[in-house]
Amino acid sequence: MRCISADSKNRLYFYLGLLVIYAVLAIAPAFAQQDATDVDYRPFPKIGSRSAAWIAAQLHLLFGSFILGVPMFAVVIEFVGMRTKDKRYDKMAQEFIKLCMGAFSTTALLGGVLVFVLIWCYPQVMNRLTGIFGPTMIFYVILFFGETFTLYLYSYGWDRMQGAVSKMWHLFLGVLLNVFGTAIMFVSNAWLTYQTSPAIMGPDHKPIALHDEETGEFIGTLWQAVNNYTWMPVNIHRLIGNIAFGGAIVGAYSAFRFLVAKTKEDRAHYDWMGYTGNFIALCGLIPLPFAGYWLGREIYMFNNTMGINMMGSLFSWLFIIQAVMIGVLFIGANYYLWSGMTRIKGGEIYARYRPYMIAIIVLCVAIWMTPRTLIMSPKEMAAMGGTNHPLVGFFGLMTAKNTAVNIIILATFLSFLFYRRSGKAPTVGWRKIGNISIAAVLGLAVAAIIAIGLAGFKVESDFRVNVLTPVQVLIALAVMIAVTVTDLVMYRKAMRSNDINWGQMTDRSQYVLILLAITFTSLMGLMGYARSGLRENWHIFGVMPDTSPDAFTPLLGDAVNVIAVIMVIFFALVGFIFWIGLWGDKKKAERATVTAEVGVGDD
Amino acid sequence: MNKRLSLFTRCLILFLLVWLFLRFFIGGVWSVPLPASVIAMYVVLILLAILVHVSVEDDRFREFLRPIKETLIDDDKKIRRIALGTLIPLVLLGFTFSKVSTKADPPAALRTAHPAPPAELKYGDKVIGLTQEVENPFRHLEKDDKEAFKAHAENGRRVYYQNCFYCHGDDLDGEGHFAHGLNPLPANFQDPGIIPNFQESFFFWRISKGGPGLPPAATPWDSAMPVWEDHLTEEEIWDVIIFLSEYTGYKPRTFGEADH
Repeated sequence: MRCISADSKNRLYFYLGLLVIYAVLAIAPAFAQQDATDVDYRPFPKIGSRSAAWIAAQLHLLFGSFILGVPMFAVVIEFVGMRTKDKRYDKMAQEFIKLCMGAFSTTALLGGVLVFVLIWCYPQVMNRLTGIFGPTMIFYVILFFGETFTLYLYSYGWDRMQGAVSKMWHLFLGVLLNVFGTAIMFVSNAWLTYQTSPAIMGPDHKPIALHDEETGEFIGTLWQAVNNYTWMPVNIHRLIGNIAFGGAIVGAYSAFRFLVAKTKEDRAHYDWMGYTGNFIALCGLIPLPFAGYWLGREIYMFNNTMGINMMGSLFSWLFIIQAVMIGVLFIGANYYLWSGMTRIKGGEIYARYRPYMIAIIVLCVAIWMTPRTLIMSPKEMAAMGGTNHPLVGFFGLMTAKNTAVNIIILATFLSFLFYRRSGKAPTVGWRKIGNISIAAVLGLAVAAIIAIGLAGFKVESDFRVNVLTPVQVLIALAVMIAVTVTDLVMYRKAMRSNDINWGQMTDRSQYVLILLAITFTSLMGLMGYARSGLRENWHIFGVMPDTSPDAFTPLLGDAVNVIAVIMVIFFALVGFIFWIGLWGDKKKAERATVTAEVGVGDD
Repeated sequence: MNKRLSLFTRCLILFLLVWLFLRFFIGGVWSVPLPASVIAMYVVLILLAILVHVSVEDDRFREFLRPIKETLIDDDKKIRRIALGTLIPLVLLGFTFSKVSTKADPPAALRTAHPAPPAELKYGDKVIGLTQEVENPFRHLEKDDKEAFKAHAENGRRVYYQNCFYCHGDDLDGEGHFAHGLNPLPANFQDPGIIPNFQESFFFWRISKGGPGLPPAATPWDSAMPVWEDHLTEEEIWDVIIFLSEYTGYKPRTFGEADH
């Protein structure tokens, strides 16, 4: 490794110091002008309050999502390791938690930055929210302490708590850590969902306002403010999203380690870890559209104008970008699974299905991302005879999109099933009937989902939203559960080739893992903009208007620029944290090698 | 000669076939032309699908890349190299020219699908109620008094054919006499994505306030729809909404729990 001379180092520090002084001098006058204590707003220098709060909130959320998602599957993997007595699982779970530890303090730091920015820029908003949610903020702090100390115990106690009984306690700590983490998220979700939907759900789903119509004064209870209209859908959506995001980041980390690995063992280990990360991301990704659909439905039910703004007006193109991103996620995840089959002896027999699977997935993605209003010139519109194409215009409707996404999910599930079966041969006598049944069930499910989708064009919206769409979802879920159970029983005593060549993956598949993490991150950024932007010029929708100069909804292009900056900062920070971990591990390994050599010499 | 085509050539043929299918079969033989943006989107997806298929396995990927490498490196492929080296810049030149040259046609626009209604539904200055909660005052007659409901639908028919059909067409399909002089074209109520997706209060708002009443968000909106509250009574507007739904068979959206 190249060494940096002391002289160069000093020069570097000098320039860095100069840069900090310039930055402070540049923004100090703006802060100095704002010394009033009773103002509604204080402008954030240079980038504006909206961008400052936006960047801080989104970065905090990305890190938060990672540190909440990772412990969920770390504890499951640890449990699997304990049950199977396979130390590799335990090691991997520990490695996940190490990554989590690195990101934990950054999450807290960014949370602090967010609070400071909000108090500085939006004092009256914070005053109002604190007035309603004060007790929950104290609760939040208690939970945060709980989470911090549990995480410390869980992480630092890992090696010590390996005995039969202490391992159980260690697992309990892992569960407790997740309870604290989830509770923290639920509490903070209450604050932001209240800003979007300050109402509770009344009979027939009708929203009941929590504010006096004339004065805007809060007339509800704390629990009503917490349990507002969109609280639970956001909780569930984020909970599942955290698992998917955590898995994707772990996958990207493993891919990076795989690509830079020097030894076969390291490549094998990080290949396995990357596979696990992708598997976890897939487990989260599959139910995520269902949770998102529920959230979208609740937003429509809370406020129809907000719903139309989201899907048909102001933010509608954002959802087309979202559709493209989700398409990339599913295609990428499938690509990785198919690549994975090439490292399993016996996996090649499923390769013949791949072109058909690709065709099905790409066709469904095409439907999924076709906009309702197509981009076209007036001449094209005239040639088409209307604003909607008589054929592909149907793809823009939700019934077509829901049908497409359910089939994509089933196809992805089938890819995973093939992966799981690779290198194994069932020994049960009913294997032929079992396979025919599985194929028949999947075929019938797809036919039923398509039939329901076609019916969706004809029935009333209420019936489609409340009955047909949930039935489509239930069919997909039920089939996945039934087929998984059948497959597990069928392959329980299967002959195994035991020939998974971990480490023999193409570099391309690893770049796909990195792409998945980037796509997840940008998707979260885009959806963060949508969720917050839906309020338009309200701090609390319909109750507290935003009268600051920043009370505008940024154009999609501007929003994407800000999200791109956020992503660059996020990956730079994540890269730095992971590099620090790597650096520490390397030093530890070097020390261990030296100690071992000295030991050998003494002998 | 029975030489099998290379994987690259087969993929290229598939790609071209899909493009031809979209451009000329779907957008000609089967249906009306597809906008260039949609063809571009689908073609990119097909390209992605092909790349996915050929790159999963190393051997297949090498086989796919072989003709490209040969063209770039092999001595006997000099003519192919020169031909491509000339053709590719020419294609790019033509593409760039087509994009930057001045055209009489306005460019493609990124329209949003539907405007979002205001929170309060108004007729003139009179506040009717919250847009989300206002229901058609004659809708209940559908169950309570079928004859009265029919009378409202008939009145709606009269209003429609006296005022709306010039643009929206005699079959409510957006194909009225004036339709092709307008941009965008008038709404096609026979489209399953129009009536079932919106509440009756939404249609009341769009009819009563017309193009000038469209919201500032997601502008610019283009609409030639007149402000019908200047010409029609409140009852006539509700009646015409009933007629739209009765004629097409599509029920406007409601937000109650489904009781089917």
